[in-house]
Amino acid sequence: MSYFRAENLSLHFGGLKAVDAVSFAVEKGEILSIIGPNGAGKSSIFNLISRIYRPTAGRIFFEDQDITEVPAYGIARLGIARTFQNIELFENASVISNLLVGRHRHSATQLWQEVLFLPSVRSAEKDHRRRVEQVIEFLDLEPHRDKLISGLPYGVRKVIELARALCTEPRLILLDEPSSGLNVEETDDMSFWIQDMKSELGITVVMVEHDMSLVNRVSDRVIALNYGRVLAMGTPAEVQRHPDVVAAYLGT
Amino acid sequence: MLDFVQQVVSGIALGCVYGLIALGFVLVYKATEVVNFAQGDLMMLGGFFAFTFIGILGLNYWIGFACAVAAMAAFGMLAERLVVRPILGYPQFSIIMATIGLGYFLRSVAGMIWGTDDFKIETPFSQGVLRIGALVLAYDKLSVIAATVILCAVLYLFFNKTTLGTAMRASSENMLAAYYMGIPVKRVVSIVWAISAAVATCAGILLAPITFIHSNVGLVLGLKAFPAAVLGGFGSIPGAVVGGVLIGVIESMAGFYLPEGWKDVAPYIVLLLVLLLKPEGLFGLAARKKV
Amino acid sequence: MRFLFKTDYDDDIRLLPHSGYAFSYGTLLVLLLIAPYVLSSYLMSQLVFVCIYATVGVALLILTGFTGQASLGHAAFLAIGAYTATYLQQFGVPFVVYFLAAGLFAGIVGAIVGFPALRLQGIYLVIATISFAFIVEEILARWESVTHGNEGMRVKTLQLFGAAVPRDSPAFFFLCLAVLILTIVGTLNLLRSPTGRAFVAIRDSETAARSMGINVSLYKVKSFAISAGITGLAGCLFAHKLSFISPEMFTLQLSIEFIIVILIGGTFSLHGAVLGAIFIVMIDPFLTYLKDDVPGMIGSLATAFSMGSERAGHIQDSVAAFASANGLKGAIYGVIIVLFVLFEPLGLYGRWLKIKLFFQLFPLYKRATFKRQKLYVKSERNR
Repeated sequence: MSYFRAENLSLHFGGLKAVDAVSFAVEKGEILSIIGPNGAGKSSIFNLISRIYRPTAGRIFFEDQDITEVPAYGIARLGIARTFQNIELFENASVISNLLVGRHRHSATQLWQEVLFLPSVRSAEKDHRRRVEQVIEFLDLEPHRDKLISGLPYGVRKVIELARALCTEPRLILLDEPSSGLNVEETDDMSFWIQDMKSELGITVVMVEHDMSLVNRVSDRVIALNYGRVLAMGTPAEVQRHPDVVAAYLGT
Repeated sequence: MLDFVQQVVSGIALGCVYGLIALGFVLVYKATEVVNFAQGDLMMLGGFFAFTFIGILGLNYWIGFACAVAAMAAFGMLAERLVVRPILGYPQFSIIMATIGLGYFLRSVAGMIWGTDDFKIETPFSQGVLRIGALVLAYDKLSVIAATVILCAVLYLFFNKTTLGTAMRASSENMLAAYYMGIPVKRVVSIVWAISAAVATCAGILLAPITFIHSNVGLVLGLKAFPAAVLGGFGSIPGAVVGGVLIGVIESMAGFYLPEGWKDVAPYIVLLLVLLLKPEGLFGLAARKKV
Repeated sequence: MRFLFKTDYDDDIRLLPHSGYAFSYGTLLVLLLIAPYVLSSYLMSQLVFVCIYATVGVALLILTGFTGQASLGHAAFLAIGAYTATYLQQFGVPFVVYFLAAGLFAGIVGAIVGFPALRLQGIYLVIATISFAFIVEEILARWESVTHGNEGMRVKTLQLFGAAVPRDSPAFFFLCLAVLILTIVGTLNLLRSPTGRAFVAIRDSETAARSMGINVSLYKVKSFAISAGITGLAGCLFAHKLSFISPEMFTLQLSIEFIIVILIGGTFSLHGAVLGAIFIVMIDPFLTYLKDDVPGMIGSLATAFSMGSERAGHIQDSVAAFASANGLKGAIYGVIIVLFVLFEPLGLYGRWLKIKLFFQLFPLYKRATFKRQKLYVKSERNR
């Protein structure tokens, strides 16, 4: 069976159908892009998967496990990480503090051990820092390691958002508009990193994106949404030629 | 049965005062997301101003009333200018502490200027009762209820039929955007504080027949107005008054029927229950962050 | 200005970044250890209060400063700790046991309070904590079989390992100091470990914290429990210090004093809690000084300015009247809170940092280094 699967996912706000019976599957190690006009329900699907919203109907399966009822904080522990469209970083902390929070799902120390700061806690801390350094190196964030988030530009913050998600050592990552607000250079960097995530780190990527050149460069498959419903599914070329998609989103 | 009705009417009268204070809270909160912990003390100050005009200077009740309201409106604008405006972008916690500090200051200064004894204002309604059959309702309590109703009607018309209400709501959601849209945010905020202080003054003066004015009355009543505002739903103007009346009645009932000590605690127990079961209150709206 | 060259993860983790810190804190510790034998008993008494207030300040910091849950009801937890300790003491329970029991019981109540608090944000939480504090005060006054109601309870002298530790003794001061130091070190340890980071994450963005795998509800309750527990321990010491407790001692004003401690000290720093405690405890002596000595001083100043002895007498009298006025303490609290929020948002510790930076960077110091960014855009209701 497929690595990740959503079946008949629906999210209704009263009469408004933000997501309407959406079904899709993601293969292990592939990069899937979700495209569509604004309000099509793309971010809502992510919010459903990371359980910020409860689905009105439908089920979600990850590695053949039904995760529809798992609470939001449990999703990370299963290996699914996400980034947010409107960056949700911790403003008053340094970059490294933000990234260390990403390691939370791997921490096994008890409260009393931490208060006494036993050697086991210390060695766990060092291990966390070592892995965070690996992520920093992967995303070229060394110059910013100790700076406070509040002083950093938007492009860098987007990368830190990605870095924090990577620190959780996910198997599946949900990227919500990774290139929005980035200039051409930064978008190029982002595309290389996404490809590296697939090839080097073996992470399955699902991303919501508006930048079609990025989608073409990077994705294995594409899903097009409109009004909460799936319009087309297939390779980038197929979807972009699909008449419904052209009419709703891409234009001639 | 008659006792019950008496208690209910007392409760409603007291509740109107709570409601007016809560109304002040909600006004300021809707406009600026600031919860003015000094609202009760503004009420106390208004009462003292009225006492000065009516009791000490011997003015006519109505003229003294109007003077006190005008003076307090100006004072409200002054307080806003000095204390609130500089800190308007700060985290809510700091702003709350600043208003608490303001409250302390007002209380102490009032104590120093007027002394810490109790004072009474002579009102045209202090004497006299209305008799309906065997029921005896004192005019002073009825006057409070009537005045509240009139005040609410005036405010309702003011906020729903003018652009000020929309301007208020806009600046409470996003001040920067409201500013760019041409709303004179600073002036809106000043006016809201002036109105809020005026409403508090009315509450303070109306309170006079029911209980004495002393420098600590703001703390006691102001804190009781919180359950009122929460019960009504913190963002709702009619809710504040309804909440106040309910709390007043509950307190009155508790004082009459339950053993000693419950009277003061009952509003807070109600508050906690509301917060647990229906945090939006009776008229409030639940909001959710979009990520 | 010292530059730190870090070669190991330990350098990032350790509490004292370089030997300068060890020297300063070591000196401070030595000074505190000899204090009881050098200072007057009045000052020692104030120092004990500083230790207790600072302990509560640190506890409040964990909850409010680091997890972002405002609490204006900590006097209730102090009361619970004090009453638990006093109640158990009546039955001859040894100090160590009732001391820990005070903390444990307060912590449990804190956890219980933490659960409903999960659904409350910002102003609602503040109001709820105020209500909680009122209700506790009322319960203490009514539950006469246990708490002797408004009559209060006498607290017998501390008995530790068979020896009496009276509340004015150096030993009691060392005990309070030890509790404070252990609290501070424990909190620092907490902050450099996953739980502490989780607390801060919850303060800044609950949604992001959840998506990182943090069970926000659990951690909020933990934060409440820890904060309440530490306050309970302080309550036990508080009871011993006053040797008599009654419900009127644990009012809203006391809760606000604790908030002032962390507000004035600086809402995010442990140093601030101690500085704030010193400040608050020093207000009473300051007021006494104002009442007793200052009118005389101003009187003599007036005569020095050749204003004539009668005028000087009048001035002296009016200053004395002002200083003796009943509400002066409240007025000073009010003015201080407002001034600090307006002009010194980082508190006393922040001011200390600015001064230190000034000297380190002299003459290149820029005033805007610490300028705070005002957020007009973010609405608290959309947290």
